[in-house]
Amino acid sequence: MEQNTIKGKAAIVGVGESKYYKRGGSPVSEFALACQAIIAAAEDAGIKVTEIDGLASFAMEQNEPSRVAGGLGLAELNFCNMAWTGGGGVAAAVANAAAAVACGYARYVAVFRALAQGRSFRFGQGTTGPGMAGLMGFTVPYGLTTPAQKIAMRVRRYMHEHRVTQDALAAVSLASYHHAQFNPRAVMYGRPLTREAYDQSRWIVEPFHLYDCCMENDGASAVIVTTAERARDLKQKPAYIMAAAQGSDYRDVHDSENVPDFSSANYKHLARRLYDMAGIAPKDVDVVQSYDHFSGGVVITLAEHGFCHPDELMEFCTLENLTWPNGKLPLNTAGGNLAECYVIGMQLVNEAARQIRGDSTCQVKDAEISMMISGSVTTPASNLILHR
Amino acid sequence: MAIETTTKFYLPEVLPPAGPAPDGRDLEYWQALNQHRIVVQRCNACGNLQMEPEYICYKCHSLDRGWQEVSGKGRIYSWVRIWHPVPQALKDSCPFLVVLVELPDANGLRIAGNLLGDPNQEVVIGAPVEAVFEDHKERGYTLLQWRLVR
Repeated sequence: MEQNTIKGKAAIVGVGESKYYKRGGSPVSEFALACQAIIAAAEDAGIKVTEIDGLASFAMEQNEPSRVAGGLGLAELNFCNMAWTGGGGVAAAVANAAAAVACGYARYVAVFRALAQGRSFRFGQGTTGPGMAGLMGFTVPYGLTTPAQKIAMRVRRYMHEHRVTQDALAAVSLASYHHAQFNPRAVMYGRPLTREAYDQSRWIVEPFHLYDCCMENDGASAVIVTTAERARDLKQKPAYIMAAAQGSDYRDVHDSENVPDFSSANYKHLARRLYDMAGIAPKDVDVVQSYDHFSGGVVITLAEHGFCHPDELMEFCTLENLTWPNGKLPLNTAGGNLAECYVIGMQLVNEAARQIRGDSTCQVKDAEISMMISGSVTTPASNLILHR
Repeated sequence: MAIETTTKFYLPEVLPPAGPAPDGRDLEYWQALNQHRIVVQRCNACGNLQMEPEYICYKCHSLDRGWQEVSGKGRIYSWVRIWHPVPQALKDSCPFLVVLVELPDANGLRIAGNLLGDPNQEVVIGAPVEAVFEDHKERGYTLLQWRLVR
């Protein structure tokens, strides 16, 4: 294992978000949402907004860094960086920010993502425009156009190979909705979900019901990353970065139907690298935020991170095990993409840090190790561990 | 070898026309379908079969690409039944089935297509299927579709 790692060198010292809305509900622009989240994160950290000198994002964030820096009147912009890929890039964006502060490129990096779906484009509308090219030509003519449909194809195969049933998918969805009921920020706060309503909801694409698919929202989330040394003198309890990893398994090519390990969430080597860097085992993890654009991907992701064997998923992946306060592994404790807000997973970092600070609305008692996994059946993917 | 052809369209022509990528990496594949043949990429240097087509052999890194014809017999590797129309123009076509088919005579390489027949049929992973060529003459391409082997 590489000895020179990011472990212990950087921390999340502030978290912030805009108000979260249903798609189309934001009274302000996507750019304004981004600024609101960054300002809130700086205030939370106890630094001046203008002390931020780095910006990091992912998933083709539309609000480019010079505009954000200009809009916020940042004194200097010393680092700006975008992680390739979509929802698989969240943890990678935090990791890039951590590397930047550890290497001295910048002092305070704001990692942010804003989204007002429909203002620019909607992920769920798939790729059917004139730009269809290359690998899309092997799926789009057959009506296989959206992430939901393509991920369903891989999840279906996994369910077949490991005898996973709808119950495991339902547990992931119901856990997110359960946690959202405690979180006033969540779009689905006050909108509990029952198993009956889940079962009766329409199919989007088998095996995904409506409630297996994330919402479309308007909102923005941000965190402030700085060095461990600076973190100690700031307002909040730091959430130290214990490990981070980004990448793909062998030939896990985006949009390919010929990925060798087809029924995978793409974490087999990333999970190993993450645990090696952190020097911990799955049993040491107190709470997990796992990118839930589709419940089925989360099921595979949990197994690939070693929380159970794939053939034991039906015993492990239950509502009881995945829910705060008594579950073995509380999952998506603010409501996740399914029920808090879909900010392409950025909001999961905020929650992972809150669990370390002790101010989650579903606070896991004495949580010391908090994992955030971004992607799941996407490529490249990334993951992250925070600790006290 | 052509197995079966159909002039009926499984899905209406509301999606973008199928055909080769702008950079031409899969041109021979689409040309073969127009002739009711199925080919997969075969490396002229090391013989490795690969799909989807790419400009380099991932095993030996040769750029010298060839093509090998396959039989059009396969097995269902995975499947989805799509109920929510994307784009909306597919509204009257839902539900419909997309299967991913593995080709035993091409090292298990996979090609997607629609599973012809009742869209509400029970689909079984591992079930044998065979190719059907769906000609879109006015748009200038042929789609590879699949039907169960009875």
